[in-house]
Amino acid sequence: MKQVQQQYLSKTASKLKPSGIRKFFDLASQMDNVISLGVGEPDFVTPWNVCEAGYASLESGYTAYTANAGLLELREEISSYLSEQFSLSYDAESQIILTVGASQAIDLAFRSIIDPGDEVIIVEPGFVAYAPAVTLAGGTPVSLETKAEDEFKLTRETLEKAITKRTKAILLCFPSNPTGATMSEEELQSVTDVIEKHDLLVLSDEIYAELTYDQTHYSIARLDGMKDRTILISGFSKAFAMTGWRLGYVTGPEEIIAAMLKIHQYTMMCAPTIAQHGALEALRNGRDDLEKMKKSYRQRRNYLVKAFNHIGLSCHMPGGAFYAFPSIQSTGMTSDEFAEKLLEEERVAVVPGHVFGAGGEGYIRCSYATSIESLQEAVKRIGAFVERHKAE
Amino acid sequence: MNEKEVEILEILEENARVPMEVLADMVDLSVEKVEKIIKSLEEKDIILSYSSVINWDKTAGKDGVAAMIDVKVTPKREVGFDEIAERIYRFPEVKAVYLMSGAFDLSVQIEGKTMKEVAFFVSNKLSTLDSVLSTTTHFLLKKYKHDGVIFEPEQKDKRIVVSP
Ligand SMILES: Cc1ncc(COP(=O)(O)O)c(C=O)c1O
Repeated sequence: MKQVQQQYLSKTASKLKPSGIRKFFDLASQMDNVISLGVGEPDFVTPWNVCEAGYASLESGYTAYTANAGLLELREEISSYLSEQFSLSYDAESQIILTVGASQAIDLAFRSIIDPGDEVIIVEPGFVAYAPAVTLAGGTPVSLETKAEDEFKLTRETLEKAITKRTKAILLCFPSNPTGATMSEEELQSVTDVIEKHDLLVLSDEIYAELTYDQTHYSIARLDGMKDRTILISGFSKAFAMTGWRLGYVTGPEEIIAAMLKIHQYTMMCAPTIAQHGALEALRNGRDDLEKMKKSYRQRRNYLVKAFNHIGLSCHMPGGAFYAFPSIQSTGMTSDEFAEKLLEEERVAVVPGHVFGAGGEGYIRCSYATSIESLQEAVKRIGAFVERHKAE
Repeated sequence: MNEKEVEILEILEENARVPMEVLADMVDLSVEKVEKIIKSLEEKDIILSYSSVINWDKTAGKDGVAAMIDVKVTPKREVGFDEIAERIYRFPEVKAVYLMSGAFDLSVQIEGKTMKEVAFFVSNKLSTLDSVLSTTTHFLLKKYKHDGVIFEPEQKDKRIVVSP
């Protein structure tokens, strides 16, 4: 029967590789007493006032579709939020679409810009969904490998090298999942003329923009000439601890947003209504909670990164997100071996770096969105593991 | 008070047992520096004590009753409410005393072994004080949350163990 079923699959679907994360999910879910540093979402539950706003919206009977682009009130709130927090100016009516997570925004963006044969540069190590999303849209993902010695930032040289005649766009994500890398205004500035020279479109996934710990986030869309060639993707999942609400948004040049809206209206209708009501409350009254969570991430980052360096896993200080990305090269293991053995022997789940694409091998991603007590225990276990395997 | 001091206080208020080396890393200072800051905060009576929140209901043999008493008093010239507040908080059975706005003046929290003991305190010790005009006693039936700590927390992390 399986054979028969398979014959119906599209070539694209059957060729799509399952995410390397899946294997560790399956392994870790079967074990007890696992400390997981493998979780890509906040450990906080959504602030209570936001949950209340969700309840209240149901009580008031807001159970129908919203406008395709989302509640206008919320788009207006996003527009002023982007302006206040990041000095970006986007029109609520024509330049913002609420999506089902940043995930859908990524999919929409690629589907509206890619023709067969188009290449999209993906800055890696990067979020696992980008390359498959390009492939599904009929394009060709091209890896651009960032390096630890550059603190996993994009540089002019690496960018120039990745560009071909067919390159249409580049996807950036700073602060980065999995490396936590951030880019300053000057660092972004240093690549814009290359982007302009080759007339590339920029997809900037800034979902971690609120979670920067050493300097405030600077969006590439702020730089001269960039706004008209940047699609900015963000959402409520990380900053407001709302992953399960499934709400993100995309902003950008009007014509591109209009094309995305066409696809969105046929394939999604609109983002969840209840989540949109929650998000309104998050933007209006969520700042204190956001700052509290951010402070707590920063403290845990400081602890974990120092602890890794201390036990012999060299780790740069990530400027944002909630991931540390230590090197495991001193152990001589591949990241897959390391992660699998660590899980079996010490019951600590981490994500092997290779699943994040080029440049990820030799590293592991460890989320510090976990209680400080669990982090201490994890460090103890990883420390013992590294010590034992060094001796071999 | 600088930012680091506030940060240290916030961390300790949440968990006074965090190891010194961990705390130092969290706030990005040396252990010596953090120890010095904490010592000075203690000396200035900013950090007053390190206590635990305990759910005594889960232990056997330590039953007791607690009550919150609304107390109306006549404030005294010069010292206002401070003098009477002090006379009340000196009783060891009194766990907390707050000056309140609204219908009454002092909120007094008291713990005793039995209801009788609490009643005795109110009628014989508290009400007999000169400036006390009236008292209203509310017995505490169940603690859900105390000092920011939930008493029957749902421990389980609801996230899936590994995600992108
Ligand atoms: C870089 C990055 N982009 C997008 C997403 C997806 O977020 P959302 O929950 O908004 O779909 C994630 C989630 O892990 C992420 O890390």
